[in-house]
Parts: sequence; C-alpha cells; structure tokens
Amino acid sequence: MSQFLTWIVEPGFFASQPVQVALLIGSATAIVSATVGVFTVMRGQSFAGHALTDVSTAGGSGAFLLGLSPLFGFVGLGIVGACVMDLIGIRRVRGRDLATGIVLGASIGLAALLLYLDTSSGATTGATQQILFGSIFTIDTATIPIVVSFSIVAIAIIVAIYRPLLLSSVSSDIAAARGVPLRLVGLLFMVALAVSVGLSSLTIGAILSTALLVGPAATALRLTARLWLALLVACIIGVGVTWAGVLLAYDSYYWGSSHQGFPVSFFIVALVFVLYLISGFAGIRTLTSRRARAMWPSAQS
Amino acid sequence: MFSGFMINAWTVATVVAIIAGVVGFFVVLRGAAFPAHAIPNGAFAGAAAANVLGVNTLLGLGVCAVLAALGIGSLGRRGRQDVVTALALVLMLAIGAVFLSRSSEYEPQIYSLLFGEVLGVSTNELLPVAVLGIVCIAAVMLVYRPLMLSSILPEIGEAQGVRAGRIGMAFLVVLAIATAMTVPVVGALLIFSLMIGPPAAARSFTDRPFVAILLSIAIALVTVWSAIAISYLSNLPIGFFVGGLSAVWYGAGRVWIVLRRTRAVRAERRRELAV
Repeated sequence: MSQFLTWIVEPGFFASQPVQVALLIGSATAIVSATVGVFTVMRGQSFAGHALTDVSTAGGSGAFLLGLSPLFGFVGLGIVGACVMDLIGIRRVRGRDLATGIVLGASIGLAALLLYLDTSSGATTGATQQILFGSIFTIDTATIPIVVSFSIVAIAIIVAIYRPLLLSSVSSDIAAARGVPLRLVGLLFMVALAVSVGLSSLTIGAILSTALLVGPAATALRLTARLWLALLVACIIGVGVTWAGVLLAYDSYYWGSSHQGFPVSFFIVALVFVLYLISGFAGIRTLTSRRARAMWPSAQS
Repeated sequence: MFSGFMINAWTVATVVAIIAGVVGFFVVLRGAAFPAHAIPNGAFAGAAAANVLGVNTLLGLGVCAVLAALGIGSLGRRGRQDVVTALALVLMLAIGAVFLSRSSEYEPQIYSLLFGEVLGVSTNELLPVAVLGIVCIAAVMLVYRPLMLSSILPEIGEAQGVRAGRIGMAFLVVLAIATAMTVPVVGALLIFSLMIGPPAAARSFTDRPFVAILLSIAIALVTVWSAIAISYLSNLPIGFFVGGLSAVWYGAGRVWIVLRRTRAVRAERRRELAV
C-alpha cells in the first residue's frame, strides 16, 4: 500500500519547501483565475483575456530587463494593456476583435525585443522560459504576501462590481437602460482580468495562463447554470488541476532514466484541456438542466 | 544587406507578405482574428516536434498547423468557438515547449520559432515555401466567390448552396497552410500581426474588395521589407518591427476613417446651410 502511495507521491513531496510555496501560490492564482474566468467566458472575452496574457509577457520581459520582480511587470503592463484595449475598443464585436489583435501583436513584438535584450545582456539565462512558461518552483518566498494582496485586490474588484457586471454580461441593453455605467464596469473588469492574468503568469507562465483563466471556468459553465455553483466548481477545478500539475511535475523527474521531468504548466494545460473535452460528452451534459441552457445562452454550448 | 544569405530572407519575406495580404483580408472580413492567432501556435508545436523527431521542419509545421485548424474548426462547432480556440492554442504551445525542452538548444530555438529569425530560412526551403505560397493563392482564388458570399451574407450563401461550415473549415485549412510557411521567418506569434494590421488598414482606405486585397498585399510588403531592413541594420528582432508597424498601419486606417467621417459630416452640414 505504501509502495503504491510512494508511486503517486514521490518521497519528499510535502516536505519540500519549493513545493509548498508552489502549492500555496498556485492555489491562490487558480482561485483568482477561475473566478475572473467565469465572467470572462460569460462575456465572451476569451480573446481579450488571452491578449492580456501576451501583454503580460512583454511586462515580465521588461521587468526582467530592469531587474525588477517579474510579477510587477506582469501585472503593471497588464493593467496598462487593459486600459488601452478598453480605450480603443469599439462597440461592434468585430471591430473589438481587431483592436484586441493589434494590441496583442504589438505587445508580442515588444516582448520579442525585450526578451532579446534580456538574453543578450547575458545576466539572466532562461529568461524566455521563465516568462513564457512559468517558474512556480522557483518563486521567492518574499513574493507570497504580494501575490496574496494582488489576489485580494482582484477578488475585491469583482465583488464590488458583481451586480452591474452580471447584468451587463447577460444583457448590455437592459444594463444600459438601468443606468449601469457600462464603460466603467467594463474597464474595472478588464483591470481585474489584468491582475488575474498577471498573477497566473508567475505560476504557469504568461503564454499559458489563458488555460487557467478559461479552462476551469468554461468546464464549470458547461456543467451548471447557477452562477455561485459555477464559480465554486471552477475554483475547485482550478485548484485541483494546479495541485495535480505540481504533483505530476514533481514526480516526472523520477520517470525514466533521463531525469528531465516535464514543466508544471504543461500538465496544467493538458489537464484543463482534457477536463473541458470530457465535460462536453453527452452523458454529462444531460445533467445540466434545460433551464441552465436557457439562462445563459451566451455561455452555453 | 542584399547579398548572400539575405536574398533568402527577402524572397521568403515577399512570399510571406503576399500570402498574408490575401489571406489576411479574409481573416479581417470574417472576424477570424482569434483562430488566425491560434493556428500558428499549432505550427510552432509541429516545428518543435519535427525538430526533436528529426523530421523535415516544414513538413512538421504544415501537418500540425492543418491538424490544429481541423481541430479548432470541428471542436468549435460543438463547444464555444472562442473557448476552444483559446484552449487549443495554449495546449499546442505547451506541447511545443515540452518538445523543445527535450532538445539541447532550448532557448534560442523557442525564441526564433515564436518571434522569427530573419536568417532562419535555408536555400533548400525556398522552393517548398514558394510552392506552398502558390498553392495558397490558388486555393483562395478557387473559392473566392463562395468565400466572399459566405463571409458577408452567410444566409444568402446557404440559400445558394454554399455550406457555411464547410467553407469555414476550408478557410481555416488555407489559413493553416499560409501560416505554416511564414512561421520560420516572422515567427508563430508575429505572422498574425501581418494578417491583421495591413488588411484592416486596406479595408479602411477602400470599399472595393479587389482593390482592398491588392492594397493589403502592398501594405504587407512595405511592412515586411521595412522590418527586415531595420532589423538587419539595428540587429534587433524582426518581430518587434512587424508588430509595431502593423499597429501603426491599423492606427492610420482608423484615423482615416475618422477623418472621412468628419469630412462627410461637414459636407452634409454645408449642404444643409446652403439650402
């Protein structure tokens, strides 16, 4: 029995400090991502969320260059990007797509420049890998309080604009008629999105944090219509996937003879994708009531 | 900068710009910006896998990009299109990253595949790239009418027998082939800018589709040529200039629309006052 347990959880897993930090920070960012993600999917803003991750990439690369902690770069430039996208966004959905894409492209170009300067300045090796694909096992413990504060900020914004956000996500016309300040709510949501994406860029990497944002949320929304339940399920999936990812990555160093292991972000992304696919199977979908499909026409598939 | 290995870069870049201009026009028309961003990441994964498995890079690029297009197209029909695109995108990036981590030159390779490498094309790759380019353009010309119809007036297209789903899928595959050949030069992440900025600007300057396509090609050519030249002279990555210039063109297009609208409003007001 103990041999079986050892097979799943390699020795020293829970005792290792990097693992503990990884699990703690990973859980916090997963919860924030899942919460913000549910609204992102409901509002059909997955592309904007993904674009912000690429803006984060530029931010992290810049922070590296300036010698700052990448987290500030991720979140800082992310907020700037959110404001820019909101500024040049247009009412028409198609125009919004193009504006988002242009910001994305320009940010990636900027990231290309900054990463090049990072690697050629020679001081930091592995900058590209860290920024793009995360560094959950090498996070400085001093970052923990900062991560927690940013998480609280993001959640606080969502809680503050909860009702108008919900209304404008379901029907922007009714919201406008009710006097909801649509642009302000939209902008605040984008800021929360930027903070959330910035946080998960630290753990899973800027390029891949879209998975944590969209995956658990979309899976949860497929399974249930009630918002509070969807939020809960999304958080559970997010944290579960993060823990599983950390565990598998830790174990993978013991697989095979090469002892190279796989990165955490890879496992998280793969698990998220698989869970989303499974949630689409007919048997599971019949569990979702017909009322659910009627209530969230934009979120349901 | 016009000698030796740079000739390859100029040639491929020209092919890339022409493809991007043509295919990009439809990307903008159909609002397919997100898939256009996602499919190159499939190409990235393919190149990484081909690199590690020792297969021809261009082949790996092409096969995986097409698989990505088919996957996004079919899964998107059963789930939310934008969620599927997002998840597929990151999955392919992650797979590509894992493959690359198995090779010895992780960092420079990942960088050049994602952000482009001006000198990344060898002479024996020129012919396949050119051939793929011609195939792409031919495919677009073949389906030009049904594609235009389905993009602008999908219901009328359906009535005339143009199945939106099938045309959509075919377009994604063409998009995949187009991005597969462009990834080595401008990188998986940047080809997308070429397919958005110049065509969006072109559409702002003119209404006529054929003129818009030609203009889109022209702007893309100017963008890529400038990017190569500046990149060569400054030794800075080409991706930065492609992304930046595309944004500038897009901005110019939007400014032009605003100017045109103000001029129209002013002319209207003058007419009213004259009466």
